[in-house]
Amino acid sequence: MARVKLPIGPQHPALKEPENFTITLDGERVVDVDIRIGYTHRGIEKLMESRTYTQNLYLVERICGICSYAHVVNFTQNVESVLGVQIPKRAEYIRTLVLELERLHSHFLWLGVAGHEIGFDTLFMYTWQDREVVQDLLELISGNRVNYAMNAIGGVRRDLSDDHRKKVLEGMDYLEKRTAYDKEVAINEKTILARAENVGILKPKIALKYSAVGPTVRASGVTMDIRKDDPYASYAEIPFDVITTDTCDVLGRIVVRVLEVFESIKIIRYLMEHLPAGDVVMKVPRKIPVGESISHTEAPRGEDIHYLRANGTERPDRYKVRTPTMANLPAIAEMLKGSYLADVPIVIAAIDPCMGCMDRVLLLKEGSETPGDIIPWDRLRAYGIKWYAERGWKI
Amino acid sequence: MGSFACVWNQMVRGTGVENIDPVLALIYLLIFPGVFFLFAFSLFTEYMDRKLYARIQRRVGPPFLQPFADLVKLASKEDIIPEKAEGFMFTAAPLFAVAAIFAAYLYLPIVTTTGLHSFNGDLVVVLYLLMIPTLAMFLGGWYSGNVFGQKGGMRVASLLFSYEIPFFLALLSPALVEGSWKMADIVSFQQAHPLALVVTVLGFGIAVVSLQGKLERLPFDIPEAETEIVAGPLVEYSGRRLALFRLARDAEMVVGAGLISVVFLGGPMPLLSLQPVYLSWALGGVIFLLKTLFVVLLLILIKSAVARIRTDQMISFAYKWLIPLTFVQIFIIIIIRYFGGI
Repeated sequence: MARVKLPIGPQHPALKEPENFTITLDGERVVDVDIRIGYTHRGIEKLMESRTYTQNLYLVERICGICSYAHVVNFTQNVESVLGVQIPKRAEYIRTLVLELERLHSHFLWLGVAGHEIGFDTLFMYTWQDREVVQDLLELISGNRVNYAMNAIGGVRRDLSDDHRKKVLEGMDYLEKRTAYDKEVAINEKTILARAENVGILKPKIALKYSAVGPTVRASGVTMDIRKDDPYASYAEIPFDVITTDTCDVLGRIVVRVLEVFESIKIIRYLMEHLPAGDVVMKVPRKIPVGESISHTEAPRGEDIHYLRANGTERPDRYKVRTPTMANLPAIAEMLKGSYLADVPIVIAAIDPCMGCMDRVLLLKEGSETPGDIIPWDRLRAYGIKWYAERGWKI
Repeated sequence: MGSFACVWNQMVRGTGVENIDPVLALIYLLIFPGVFFLFAFSLFTEYMDRKLYARIQRRVGPPFLQPFADLVKLASKEDIIPEKAEGFMFTAAPLFAVAAIFAAYLYLPIVTTTGLHSFNGDLVVVLYLLMIPTLAMFLGGWYSGNVFGQKGGMRVASLLFSYEIPFFLALLSPALVEGSWKMADIVSFQQAHPLALVVTVLGFGIAVVSLQGKLERLPFDIPEAETEIVAGPLVEYSGRRLALFRLARDAEMVVGAGLISVVFLGGPMPLLSLQPVYLSWALGGVIFLLKTLFVVLLLILIKSAVARIRTDQMISFAYKWLIPLTFVQIFIIIIIRYFGGI
């Protein structure tokens, strides 16, 4: 059979969000991959410039539906750094708690999605049921399941009661037992091994060249974790290990995430046992002085970088976000080359892509124009009508 | 009615069911255990499949009539034939699939030792009829004009031999025990020598695994792997043609599981002679039903405990494990027969 171009996306069951991977196939083998992004760009950075810092707290949270809290922590850290304030210790502990709970629910979610991509729906159902325990805890602590609205500039909005602490610890006991079972399934089940071992190979050198981050790069044997490398919140005080494997394949990415769940449980237990007393929020001025700041956190998917430039008003002058998926996406093309068509969904899923957070605007160029030209709206519209008319479609 | 009785007498000559009244024969053909029963039983099997799969995954699962409701709803939907599809092959494929399965079903000995019609070699005929839905899937996918459909069709065709060879060999091993290609003989032999069933336990296992591949269920659902090629050959099908394909798939599960239960588990055995005749029919039917559901249960358990494997892995699994094991099974039978064990 001759070479076939198979479009995976923008609408495809393997992708949870619209993005396009055009795969060139030779039989069942992948020869080339063409990645096209830009289907879910939402213009959040621009929107932030027209809102106050307090309003932006809730906008920033909506960059991602899964690692929403990592973005808010980044934003508040940036603002607090420009203000030059140090938030109360108890607030830092509560932020760390929510960050780790978020990592738990994100990793459970990913494990289920990974199972689904290779057709193992039973694993999907099991892990998502366990994830509900984390979601319930998050709801108990913050009042919300996804966008927690937990942070204020200068601390957190809600305190933790003794009852909450007890429930969190109970939840961790349950999760530890369940995850031990999931680990056995994910690491020992023959069909999972057959699908994950030696699939989507990413060598450490190439991973660093494409600047991959998070569990993707840790599965390639590179020790890189912002929580250890540049501690924020209260990570400097907490004993935990950075998990790495050197298998460089999808199985490694599964193992790293499963073992990170155990580390997160360990961190949460430490936090609950050493929670300091005191205030959870401090008073800060509404106007932020002139200055700029950069903050990065270890989101469940990897390093999440935020940049803020403040101009002395109530609104930011410029805000810039680089989500972990953006860093991991170029490595996909490398991982896919030479693999089978059947491996495409799991290799794409193995970086835990979050397309909505990552998407960038694309500069559209007409064929005859010089490269880099930006097309004004009316000409783009005329071009679109012509494009459809040429193909015989009426709009 | 008279001409039907005549045709019937022609058909049943020498099969052991000559004494049956033509009215009962019509009931046999159309209601029980014929077409209507297969239709209802297929939907029930789909319900059982979905419900148990859901319960294993700690989900609630569908209500009892859901498969029927799905079928009716699909059948009432618009039937779209894509412009790029080859009209005749695309539209005819689901009909071939359903017709072949319903024809195969009539040969199964469900209530007595024979099906509607029985002759030497009927086992082989049923095996070939069971292959037609697979070919229909291939043709339907190939002529759908969709790249996902064609990819799925290619996969259907390339996987055919990896499960068809062990399935054929495994199902023919009980025939070797008995020395006949006739299902009626196999069942009567098993009726007389129940211990003979133990000899073909290995073959039973191989047949169940191959049937899983034949039905394109996990871990062998490669041709319609949702996350890879959307729905494979079925991607362009809609409305009543999709409903027919789904019905064919359900019926194939019943007939495949039924065939295994006949050949390896003795079908309606133990057969008792009761009066009037439909009482013994009913009893045979119930026993056959339970054995078939047992095979279906095994298929569900396999489905819920594994991930989907790749094309190359499935082919090497078939040639490294399934086919050598069928030879082991045949070898065991030959040795036992040589030493006069059976």
